[in-house]
Amino acid sequence: MSNASIEAIAAKSGQPFPGAPNNWRRFFSFSTDHKVIGIQYMVTAFVFFLIGGLLAMVMRGELITPEADLVDRTVYNALFTMHGTIMLFMWTFPVLNGLSNYLVPLMIGARDMAFPRLNAAAFWLVPVFGTLLMVSFFVPGGPSQSGWWAYPPVSLQNPTGNLINGQVLWLLAVALSGVSSIMGAVNFVTTIFRMRAPGMGWFKMPAFCWTVLSAQMIQLFGLPSLTAGAVMLLLDLTAGTSFFDPARGGDPVLYQHFFWFYSHPAVYVIILPIFGTFSEIFPVYARKPLFGYRFVVVSSLIITVLSAMVWVHHMFASGTPSWMRMLFMFSTMLISVPTGVKVFAWVATVWGGKLRLDTPMLFALGGLVCFLFAGITGVMLGAVPFDIHVNNTYFVVGHFHYVIYGATVMGVYAAIYHWFPKMTGHMYYEGLGKLHFALTFIGVNLNFFPMHPLGLMGMPRRVASYDPEFAYWNVIASLGGFLLGVSTLPFILNMISSWILGKRAPANPWNAIGLEWLIPSPPPVENFEEIPIVVSGPYGYGSDEPLVANNPAGELISEHS
Amino acid sequence: MTTPTTPKEPRSLSFRTVAQLVALAIADAAISLWVGRQAYLWMPPQASAEAVLVDDLFGFLTTIGSFIFLGVSAALLYSVLFQRAGKYDTSDGPPVEGNLLVEILWTTIPLGLVIWIATYSFQIYDKMAILGPMEHMNHVPSLGLMPPAEAATLPAVPEKTPIEVHVRQWAWEFRYPDQNITSTELHLPVNERARLKLISEDVLHGFYVPAFRVKQDVIPGSAIDFGFTPIREGRYRLRDSDYSGTYFAANQGVVVVESEESYQQWLADAAAQPLTEADNRAFREFTKAGDRPISPGWKTVEPAPPPRVNFASAEEESYE
Repeated sequence: MSNASIEAIAAKSGQPFPGAPNNWRRFFSFSTDHKVIGIQYMVTAFVFFLIGGLLAMVMRGELITPEADLVDRTVYNALFTMHGTIMLFMWTFPVLNGLSNYLVPLMIGARDMAFPRLNAAAFWLVPVFGTLLMVSFFVPGGPSQSGWWAYPPVSLQNPTGNLINGQVLWLLAVALSGVSSIMGAVNFVTTIFRMRAPGMGWFKMPAFCWTVLSAQMIQLFGLPSLTAGAVMLLLDLTAGTSFFDPARGGDPVLYQHFFWFYSHPAVYVIILPIFGTFSEIFPVYARKPLFGYRFVVVSSLIITVLSAMVWVHHMFASGTPSWMRMLFMFSTMLISVPTGVKVFAWVATVWGGKLRLDTPMLFALGGLVCFLFAGITGVMLGAVPFDIHVNNTYFVVGHFHYVIYGATVMGVYAAIYHWFPKMTGHMYYEGLGKLHFALTFIGVNLNFFPMHPLGLMGMPRRVASYDPEFAYWNVIASLGGFLLGVSTLPFILNMISSWILGKRAPANPWNAIGLEWLIPSPPPVENFEEIPIVVSGPYGYGSDEPLVANNPAGELISEHS
Repeated sequence: MTTPTTPKEPRSLSFRTVAQLVALAIADAAISLWVGRQAYLWMPPQASAEAVLVDDLFGFLTTIGSFIFLGVSAALLYSVLFQRAGKYDTSDGPPVEGNLLVEILWTTIPLGLVIWIATYSFQIYDKMAILGPMEHMNHVPSLGLMPPAEAATLPAVPEKTPIEVHVRQWAWEFRYPDQNITSTELHLPVNERARLKLISEDVLHGFYVPAFRVKQDVIPGSAIDFGFTPIREGRYRLRDSDYSGTYFAANQGVVVVESEESYQQWLADAAAQPLTEADNRAFREFTKAGDRPISPGWKTVEPAPPPRVNFASAEEESYE
C-alpha cells in the first residue's frame, strides 16, 4: 500500500485494493488480509472437523458391540488412521493458526502479518493437502491403515503393490502440512518480534500472543524432524531405501524418535494457544486482571523449552533402556510445574471476581476443568511403572481426548464465541451458545471418561473388536460420542444464523481491554487508522489507566459504536 | 513478581478463615485417600509381584491427583455459584494482579510434588527390575540405576532357558526349548520369576498381560529378554498392545499360571502330544467367505497359517 489515496479508499471500503471482492467472495480469494485468512483457516478446519467427527462416530458405532460387526477390520483401521490425521493436521493446527492469524496482528497493534503473501500461501496449502488426504479414500486399497503414528514396519507393508497407495498420499499430505506450518511459524515469530505497536514491551503483550510465540517456536524446531521422518519413510516405501525396515537392516525404533521428537511437542503447539485463550477470557468475564501475569507468560516459554525433552515417554514400552526411561520420566513430570502455574493463576483470576457466565466463559471454565483432569492423568502417564501398564491402552486415548476435545476444542469454542462479534460484526445467540456448551460438556465426559477405566482394565487402543468385559464402558462412550456429534448442530445453526441475522455488534461488546476492542467490529482492512501507542499492560481491569495514548480507530470509531 | 498497582484492601487471615481452610483441606484429604483406596478396584486381579507394586503407585497417584482435582474444581465451583456479578452490575472486581508469595508457593509446591512422585515411581520401577531391551545399555556408562540390593526384593532370575515367545501377524506361539514343546498357551509356574525371550517375526507387536501390569514392545530384528513374577494361579489374557495391522484386535492369547506340579504335568503331557493345527482367529476370519460387515474389499496382509503346536489353546475357555 504505497499510495496514500489507495490506502484511504481501501480503509473506507474494506477492500484490500480497488476491484477486490468486498463480500463473501473475498473468503474464496487469494486475500492477503490476515483477518480473511484467519477466517478461511477456521472455516476450512471446521469442515474437516465435521468429517473427522463423522469418522469417529462410525468408529463408536463399531465399538458399541464387542464384535467387529459394523465395518470390516480394514475399514475400521482406515477410520481411526484418518480420524487422527484429519483431527490433528486438518482441524486443530489449522483452526488455531486461523485464530492466531486473526488475533495476533490485532492484539499487538499491527496492520497485518509480517509476510502477507506467505501467509496466504500457507493457508492455501491446507485445502491442497486436505484434498490429497481425502483422495486416498478412493485409491485401490483405500487410505492409510497404519494409524496416525504410521509406525513402520506396518506402514511399509503395501498389500496392493501399487506405487500410489493410501500410505504414500498420507505421507505426502503430512510433509506438505509440515511445509505449510513452517511457513506459518516463520510469519508468526517475525510478526510478534518485529511488529508490536510502539510502547508494547514484552511484558505489555497479551498472554495469547506469548502463547502463540511459544507454540510457533516449537514448530520451528520440531517440524523438521517430523518431515525428515516422513520423507525417509516415503523413500523406504517407494524408492527401496531401508532406514526403518528391519527385514533389510533398518531400525523401526529410529522412526519413533523422529516422530515423537515433533509429535509430543506438537501437543503443546496445540494447547499453548488454548492457554492463551483462557488467559484472555477469564479476566474479561471475571472482571479482574490476569493473576500473576509475568509467571503465566514466562511459563509458556518454559513449556517450549521443556517440550523438547519429553518425547521418549511415548516409548517407555519400546526399545528404551532404563536410564532413558528415568530421565524422561522426570522431564515429563517437570512440565506439569509451569502448566500448574497457569492453572493456579486462572483459578486465582476467577476467584473473588464478578463472574459473568456468558458462553465464552462457560466454555473456558469447562475446558479448564477438563484440562485439569487431563493434566493429572498426564502426570500418572509420566510415571514409568504405571505407564507400562496403560501405555497403548484406552487410558491414553481418554487422557489425550480430554486434552484435545475437553480443553482444546472447548477452548476453541470459547475463543470463537468471544471474538465472534469482532470477527463478524454480529452478536451470536446466547441461548444456542449455552445449549451448545451443555451438550458439549456432557458429551465430552460421557465419551472420554469411560476410556480411563477401560484402559486400566487393559483394553488396547486401535482395536476393532474387544473382549465382552469391556462392553459396558464402551456403550457409554459411544453414546457420548453420538452426543458430541449432535452438539455441533446448535453451533452450526448459531454461527450461520447470527452471522446473517444477528444483532449488530458494537466495537467492544464485552467491555474488554485489548487493542482489538478499540476498533470497529469487524475491523477494517489494515485494522488501525492510527497505529496505537500502548501505555499500559493488557489486563487493567479495576484500574483507570488507559491502554493507549491515541485513538487507533481514528474517526471510524464513531461510525460503528 | 507483579505488585498491585493500586492499594489493596488490607487482608489479614482471621482465625476463622484459617480454621475453615484447614477443615476443607482435611476433608479433601480424607476423600482423596478414600478415592486412592478405590483405585485398586479399578484394576484387573493382581496376578504378579509387579502388579502389587504398580497398584500401590497408582493408588498413590490417584490420591494426590484427587486432592488437587477436588481442591481446584471446588474453588472454581464456589466462584461460579457464589461470585457472580449481579444482573446490572458492570463494575470490575478487585484489581489483584499478583502476590509474589502465593506465586512462589504454587511453583515450589508442585515442583516438590513432582520430585516426590518421580522418586517414588523410580523406586517402584527399580523394584520391578524390568529387563526389556538391553543392547542400548552397552553404549552408555552405567548410571547405577539398579543397585542389586533393591533388585533382590524379588526372586532372583533363575538360571533357566527362557521360554521363547514368537509373535507374527497374527498369532502368538510359545516354545519351550528344553522340553521341545510348542504351544499357543503360555504356561508358567506360580511364584517363580518367568524368563521370556520375545521375538517378532514381522512387525512391531506388544506383549501385554493386564493382570501382570507388564508390557513390552516386541521389535523385529531383536530378541528381547523379559521377566516378571506371577503370584496368582489362574488363566489370564495376553494381548497384542502395539498396533500390528488388519487383525491386530484378534491377536490375543492365554497365559496359564499354575502350581509347580501342574506345570510339570502340563509340560510332560504336552511333550507327549503330536503337532496339531491350532485355532487362529485371524486366519479363520480371513478365509471365511461372505458373512462380512460393510467391506470395500480392500487388500490386506494375509495372516500367517495357524501355528502347528503340541498344545493348542481353546480360545473360548474363560480367563481373567
